[in-house]
Amino acid sequence: MRQKGVSYAKYGYIFCLPFVIAFAVFSLYPTLYTAIIGFTDMKGVIPKPIQFLDNPFQNFKDLLFDNASFKKSLYNTGLIWIINFIPQIVLALLLTAWFTNRRLNIKGQGTFKVLLYMPNIITAGTIAVLFSALFAYPMGPVNSFYELVGISESPINFLQDKATARGLVGFIQFWMWYGNTMIILIAGVMGINPTLFEAATIDGASDVQTFFRVTLPILKPILLYVLITSMIGGLQMFDIPQLFLAGGPDNATQTASVFIYNQAFRGTYMYNRAAAASMIMFIIAVVLSLILFYFMRDRDAAELKKAEKKNRKAAKAAAREV
Amino acid sequence: METLLNKKSFSINKAIVYAVCIFFALLSIVPFYIMFINATRSTPEIQSGLSLIPSTHLWTNWNVLLDKSFDPFKGFLNSFIVSAGTTISAVYFSALTAYGLVAYNWKLRQPFFSFILCVMMIPAQASAIGFFQFMYQLGWTNNFLPLILPAIASPAVVFFMRQYLLATLSLEIVEATRIDGAGEFYGYNKIILPIMVPALATQAIFVFVASWNNLFTPLILLTQKDKYTLPIMVSLLRGDIYRTEFGSIYLGLSLTVLPLFVFYFLLSRYIIAGVALGGVKE
Repeated sequence: MRQKGVSYAKYGYIFCLPFVIAFAVFSLYPTLYTAIIGFTDMKGVIPKPIQFLDNPFQNFKDLLFDNASFKKSLYNTGLIWIINFIPQIVLALLLTAWFTNRRLNIKGQGTFKVLLYMPNIITAGTIAVLFSALFAYPMGPVNSFYELVGISESPINFLQDKATARGLVGFIQFWMWYGNTMIILIAGVMGINPTLFEAATIDGASDVQTFFRVTLPILKPILLYVLITSMIGGLQMFDIPQLFLAGGPDNATQTASVFIYNQAFRGTYMYNRAAAASMIMFIIAVVLSLILFYFMRDRDAAELKKAEKKNRKAAKAAAREV
Repeated sequence: METLLNKKSFSINKAIVYAVCIFFALLSIVPFYIMFINATRSTPEIQSGLSLIPSTHLWTNWNVLLDKSFDPFKGFLNSFIVSAGTTISAVYFSALTAYGLVAYNWKLRQPFFSFILCVMMIPAQASAIGFFQFMYQLGWTNNFLPLILPAIASPAVVFFMRQYLLATLSLEIVEATRIDGAGEFYGYNKIILPIMVPALATQAIFVFVASWNNLFTPLILLTQKDKYTLPIMVSLLRGDIYRTEFGSIYLGLSLTVLPLFVFYFLLSRYIIAGVALGGVKE
């Protein structure tokens, strides 16, 4: 189209250059550097010449087979993510079904959305410290409330119990994110062609049937997007477990990111071990991204093919008319 | 008779729906409400039970808070410098990259866009160790630059801006910028950027908030107290120095939440719309 006259193609390269340079310096190089550190004996706070290990994969081997703490941190990450995600997606779907139901016609939707989304915008670190104060022992607001309502007679030391601690980290995560998921899902439903719902109503489908047979199948790609982005976000969970209980009690809330932070920047300064753990996390994130990328691209390609077919048909029809 | 029954069960359903919505709305508010109230109460008052009305110890809590290494003004200023710098870098250069991807026809355009999609989800922790060592060798720890400059490459922002440009930019405008013999950069800054203001504003809100709330990278890079951003200041409240000063802890937390509340309630319409847009576009 722009072949005639001056070629502007070089500006494409020039305009994208700052991105490429910043990415290379602050993202690509540090990632490669991290990978390399993972194969070395770099540790301690004082810099000294580092060497590659005799068995380059020693750090990885130690982490995956011998390091109970790392394995536990992966287990904690997964468990806390599940505790957060299942109620999150169920509640988000339920609220989406209600908010988009025209017969129900809920008033004040704007206000509800603003309030339900609100925790998401507040600093996660602040929320973690706030919850640790709310659940304080022996006398914090939650214990006061329990006493007031008569749930328990003596104060409960919530944060000493491993199951409760994990549950609370999962709950905070759920509480911060279900509003976000809900808004994405509502937007997805709004994008569905309304004639589909009209057809379902004419066919005599109930609200519940319409939701499960029409809405949910169409929402599948958006649900997949929510699932994968939530998994990758969950993999990085750091602020809340770190500031809520610093990974405790007894490492029950130590997630993979907290493990990496503790290895590299607390006490022993085991940079090599932390780097190897980072790389394991990186690989998990890449696999998850690839799954998402594959499904999303598949959809785009299918749509493109459809459009192409349509165009060809139209062209044929036009040719016939001439 | 039947329709009457249906109507009745329908209104019961409706009542349940509203009850659930109000319950979760309250669940969003109550923790912050208790926080603001307790910021005005003394520690003995807080430990003696719940209260829904403010008390009179705000000033005492304030003095205790500031006595012990918590400096909200410094933290606010540092956070603001970092977040503003990050926002400007991310928004300006992402728009530039997106424009380069949409307006020009170059050989590596498609591969470069695929590459941006691929790196969009890479977690910051994956490169943290190498990033820290690299910055340490450069002597850039306790410096705001390594917190700001990486934002020049923000794949997700580029992705959003590209979608926006594909929908709004007509090539006639690009041609028109060239007619007077204006350079490409001049055309971009004077004509294209103003067209993109809605997209820039939406992305600016999200980049700013994400940077304001970021804990991990500042925590590993900043070790000097006078460089601390607000989230690191918050972590001080969790430590030993405030162990029994609950009133001051709540006050410190309130101070970090207050600016976000103001920001959110002023811009909530745009924020909710932005969240919805992010999900649909993918």
